[in-house]
Amino acid sequence: MTGRLFRQSPLHLMPTMPEPLLAIKDLRVWFPIRKGVLNRVAGHVRAVDGVSLAMAKGETLGLVGESGCGKTTLGRAILGLEHARSGSIRFAGQELNGMAEKEHRLLRRRCQMIFQDPYSSLNPRMTAMDLITEGLAYHGLLAGRSREEAAAELMHEVGLDRDGIFRYPHEFSGGQRQRLSIARALSLQPDFIVCDEPVSALDVSVQAQVINLLLDLRAKHQLSYLFISHDLSVVRLIAQRVAVMYLGHIIECGSCADILDAPLHPYTQALISAVPTPGKDRRQRTVLTGEMPSPAAPPPGCPFHPRCPQAMPICRTTMPAESSIGDHSVRCHLITDNKNTANTSTDGKANGPGYDATPVQQEKT
Amino acid sequence: MHYWLLQNSITIALLLVLAASAWQLSRRETWRIAAREIRHNRLALASFAILALYGGIAVLDSVGWRRPVINPETGDVARHTQTGAVVYDQGASALDALLKPIRGMREKTYSAPFSDRQFSAVTDIGPDGRAQRVRPPLNHPRRHLMGTDRVGMDVFYQGLKSIRTGMIIGLLTTLLAVPFAILFGVCAGYFGGWLDDAAQYLCAVLSSIPTVLFIAAFMIIFGQGLPQLCLAMGIASWTGLYRLLRGETLRLRDADFVQAATATGVPVWRILSRHIVPNLLHIVLITTVLRFSSEVLAEAALTYLGIGVGADTMSWGSMINDARTELTRDPVIWWKLTTAFAFMIGLVLPANIFADAVRDALDPRLRTQ
Repeated sequence: MTGRLFRQSPLHLMPTMPEPLLAIKDLRVWFPIRKGVLNRVAGHVRAVDGVSLAMAKGETLGLVGESGCGKTTLGRAILGLEHARSGSIRFAGQELNGMAEKEHRLLRRRCQMIFQDPYSSLNPRMTAMDLITEGLAYHGLLAGRSREEAAAELMHEVGLDRDGIFRYPHEFSGGQRQRLSIARALSLQPDFIVCDEPVSALDVSVQAQVINLLLDLRAKHQLSYLFISHDLSVVRLIAQRVAVMYLGHIIECGSCADILDAPLHPYTQALISAVPTPGKDRRQRTVLTGEMPSPAAPPPGCPFHPRCPQAMPICRTTMPAESSIGDHSVRCHLITDNKNTANTSTDGKANGPGYDATPVQQEKT
Repeated sequence: MHYWLLQNSITIALLLVLAASAWQLSRRETWRIAAREIRHNRLALASFAILALYGGIAVLDSVGWRRPVINPETGDVARHTQTGAVVYDQGASALDALLKPIRGMREKTYSAPFSDRQFSAVTDIGPDGRAQRVRPPLNHPRRHLMGTDRVGMDVFYQGLKSIRTGMIIGLLTTLLAVPFAILFGVCAGYFGGWLDDAAQYLCAVLSSIPTVLFIAAFMIIFGQGLPQLCLAMGIASWTGLYRLLRGETLRLRDADFVQAATATGVPVWRILSRHIVPNLLHIVLITTVLRFSSEVLAEAALTYLGIGVGADTMSWGSMINDARTELTRDPVIWWKLTTAFAFMIGLVLPANIFADAVRDALDPRLRTQ
């Protein structure tokens, strides 16, 4: 019954397809800082500063990083909600950056977004039916059904009661609202959904339900997710590949196992060591000192060098180039220098590869 | 003839528009739920009844016609001596026709409410040939609900006649100011850029002129009268609501649900009409009613200053203006001021209460189910 809503995927595409579903190249999203009476541009907040990544159909990429690193801006830029300063976003073979709004509207059907806050992402003055079928009605995709029918099917699809279509958002719980948000994103039969921390505002028990729903829908409709999160345990559940972002740059990207179990970049190591684990937690934690620099005044060289426990003189002057080991890529001078040693390190410890470096600032917990 | 024709047509057209929009709204689910909600609120219902009464009086006072002049001696219809055409009078509204008994109850001068004698004593020669101070009996004793004024006119009648002036000032000014404020506020807030700059500068210039001086200048240029006053007050007062709406639109533009609608490909006009304006409605409604009230009160203040409606239009402001001299007398003549205030509060208070109820009823989050 619900199958009618979704087009059947022709074939399963492998993550190593030559033409990926989404290919971002050297994307920059800068926000101007205006000052004075004349509103002159005094500088830029470099929220996304030269990001490249590719995603295959049906693949989920986890995008992790601390607050303010540009994760959300990247997701919004893909949907055309932020204006990209330069670079290219190719979706299904079409360049989105600089595309006219009219053409973009057709592609918008295929890229959707699920927001973090289930309270602010639903218009309080619209019923569930109006909310989830609004896009359908505008793209003429109702296909002879009434809005009620389409809404009831979508509600059922995301595990909500069909009778709830005339209820208002405030009459739903947080988890149910997030399901509504998912139903709205699903309504246009997208290929690609940006999930912007979709579970971080929910209770842990509800988080699991929503994650399971996302997994089920992915299997059923061949969806690709860009899963933005700061919760690495959630990312481990859902993502096949993980990209780590710091100050507008993707500093490390690779398969879920590579990144989470054998991180190469000192920042990723610190990030992963901060995840609390139950039971025998006697391992060493890497504690970063200081805060992330302002993206309005990024440091020269590697953006992480002011906080990096293993910073070298070259880090202060030169941005490290991307070096790849298989499909695991990283931007760090340590790795460029010690490619061979890095390759052998898969011990799963938070302390990372056994390259020769200055001692890591450590703390016994 | 033409004057009444025009006024009657405008009144009927406005009533038709009102009925049509009420019918349209009653078909919408949100408004039907809101109406059900209001029906359960007794205070709101009572307020609505009072407002309807005021509105009804204002409408009755807005439709009128001219009547043929009757020759008092023969009782025949007066005719032009040369052409033989029927001679018409100045015309009177339906309310005047209804209130004819009160209107005709003229006294010589001041009399207190329900009094059977004139307020001020006159010197009279008594039957014994000596001069004495007496308060002569009234032509219509105990019939003046709120007394009479200096020229012996019934004060209650004046209060009733002022309703139309008050309603027109409140409604027309608001109707002029609110669409402007919504249009400028929403567009400036949503689109930003040069549109926002232009609206901001216009608003800054307008609000830097003192309101009273602006209205005074306007009235001097265009003459005193009800339409001019409404226009001047409308121009002077849209900036406050505009600022509120622009700020709120700025906030809503970046709200997740608007972003989601954009990402879904909903057209801009639809985002404005479905996502932004409905979420501004509570601000518009509250400000509109507060504005309606303050507009009614401002008319009183402006007329008191002599820059309101002209002397030939009855209004609560001119009644209060008259009361200025009456209050300095001893014993004080209080009924004209009291009547004007009672009529004003009778309009402003129910309007505020009713708007509050409507706002609550329209907000799904506050609904009691």
